[in-house]
Amino acid sequence: MLIKIINAVLAVLGGVGGAILIFFVLNKLAEVLPGKWEDRVKPYLFLLPAFLAIALYLVYPTVQTVLYSFANSTSTAFVGFSNYGDLLTSKDFQSTLFNTLLWIIVVPTGTIVLGLLIATLADRLRPRGEKTAKTLIFLPMAIGAVGAGAIWRFVYASNPPGQKQIGLLNGVVTGFGGDPVNWLQLSTGRVNSFLLMVMLLWAQAGFAMVLLSAAIKGVPTETLEAARLDGAGEGSIFFRIVVPQIRTTLITVFITVLIGVLKTFDIVYVMTNGLYNTNVVAVDFYNQLFTNQNAGYAAAIVVMLMVVIIPVMAYQIRQFRAEEAAR
Amino acid sequence: MSSTQAVTPVPVQLGTDATSVGSRTRRTRKHDPAAKSPMWVRIVLVVICLMWIIPTFGLAMTSFRQQDDAASSGWWTVFTTPANLTRLTLQNYSDIFTKADMGTAFVNSLAISIPATIIPILIAAFAAYAFTFMAFPGRDFLLIAIVALLVVPTQVALVPLLKLYGQLGISGTFLAIWAAHIGFGMSLAVYLIRNYMATLPREVIESAKIDGASHFQTFWRLIVPMSTPALASFAIFQFLWVWNDLLNALIFIGPGPNQPLTIALVSLLGQQGQGWQLLTAGGLFTMILPIIVFLSLQRYFVRGLTAGSVKG
Repeated sequence: MLIKIINAVLAVLGGVGGAILIFFVLNKLAEVLPGKWEDRVKPYLFLLPAFLAIALYLVYPTVQTVLYSFANSTSTAFVGFSNYGDLLTSKDFQSTLFNTLLWIIVVPTGTIVLGLLIATLADRLRPRGEKTAKTLIFLPMAIGAVGAGAIWRFVYASNPPGQKQIGLLNGVVTGFGGDPVNWLQLSTGRVNSFLLMVMLLWAQAGFAMVLLSAAIKGVPTETLEAARLDGAGEGSIFFRIVVPQIRTTLITVFITVLIGVLKTFDIVYVMTNGLYNTNVVAVDFYNQLFTNQNAGYAAAIVVMLMVVIIPVMAYQIRQFRAEEAAR
Repeated sequence: MSSTQAVTPVPVQLGTDATSVGSRTRRTRKHDPAAKSPMWVRIVLVVICLMWIIPTFGLAMTSFRQQDDAASSGWWTVFTTPANLTRLTLQNYSDIFTKADMGTAFVNSLAISIPATIIPILIAAFAAYAFTFMAFPGRDFLLIAIVALLVVPTQVALVPLLKLYGQLGISGTFLAIWAAHIGFGMSLAVYLIRNYMATLPREVIESAKIDGASHFQTFWRLIVPMSTPALASFAIFQFLWVWNDLLNALIFIGPGPNQPLTIALVSLLGQQGQGWQLLTAGGLFTMILPIIVFLSLQRYFVRGLTAGSVKG
């Protein structure tokens, strides 16, 4: 234990010291160069460590993954498109894709609706009430998916009929005289998938709320007052004035949650490990890689994920350019 | 996001001033600012807040119950049958250290999270400085590359990195996961910090240059102190993300002597029958530090989420 702590301290000092030293050396190297060259070279030296990290951990592996997706399970021979063909024709993977699609549709929309609702309502409280409410809603952000898994086990847990229930949901159901339901195994109508989505909504609504709340507070008061004087109702003020003004933030929150949803791994992994028809692509990726030992399938799955994300990437870039032009 | 930390943040563009949770500067928003909010607003919010907190509260209550009690009746019975109150215990909290070795996992989590938070900030700050205050060919292209990489799911990197680590023989070490988190967090770090630096007054840099300060000096003496809010908010984000990360921990470290809290907790989640009350205490133990960090630094965290976008 003590050795671990010392190691950790050394790592922090070494890592930070090393990073400072690297930049110091890079800076000195640039200063050795004659005047004009120093200015030309220095920016690249400042960027070098960051781009090395990105190149090694994102760019190179992405290229490699695309190649692996056309190779067999041990990445020793090329097999063309057969990984994609196998996956797309497999019933299990189609079910996984369908689930992922449900997640993509339900979670970002649900997060925005909830976030908007809470932000709008909390805005009408007095400051102390607003702060307390927002902190409570935002708190799951710190808890993380594994902690959420522990928490929600005690909501969805089920004991056989006749025994006392220890899960809150079944406690309520049996309290009203119903039979306990094994929620996480109930795939009829994908109920179990929706229950897992509730966990993600619980975790992310605070994030949406914080951003949307900031945007709502930025809508000029004069506009709202003017609308009220003209006799507009609160509902039409919200949908015709507030919503259009916070459009950019709405889209940003939507995209952020969407990306998070596509990568959703922890919640499904800890709650059902993708069983009972709850599988999603990120969990399938993990299980193909480790349980199934098939690097080809795993790679093909993430490449498909990547393809879905490309339009989002294009939008991000366009948006960024517009922001920069306005800066 | 958190992974959650399922959330990986794409920083936000707002055309407005950043406002913290529970804004300090209230604007007169209501018809009559002194009026109380309508009753239904307060009721709806109280209901939502209860729904948000009760699951966590249930976990907390269960963590103080004995194994037999926790397995045979719901945590709410503590309140319906007050006799149960006397049966509460702290045993689970000592068991997680003796039976599940959460203590070691806690130190591992710290040993993973702290370097994986501090090192990328430093590297990213230099890059952000170059992007903001230096002119060079290819700058726009490289910046766009950073923006594009923000949304790349890190899963694409895992298979090749796992193979690479296998060849280098560093799988399962702290180094393996530090480097991964540095690489995966870098584009967001550069992006957030650069956006913040771009709002700093350029005159300061110009006058420092006239006074003969080198870029290196300007960076350390002026820009780093002035960028503290952005650096702090990224630090909180990255810390929460790394602390709560499961996927990368499973892949690069895996269960064993170096496992962080997330993996230790997942193995408790797996042992259904016997270990429920350990799961609860372990779960809460895992959450304590991020919750403290989050609550005490919430202001910076929110500012970081919304900032970087305040147009200068």
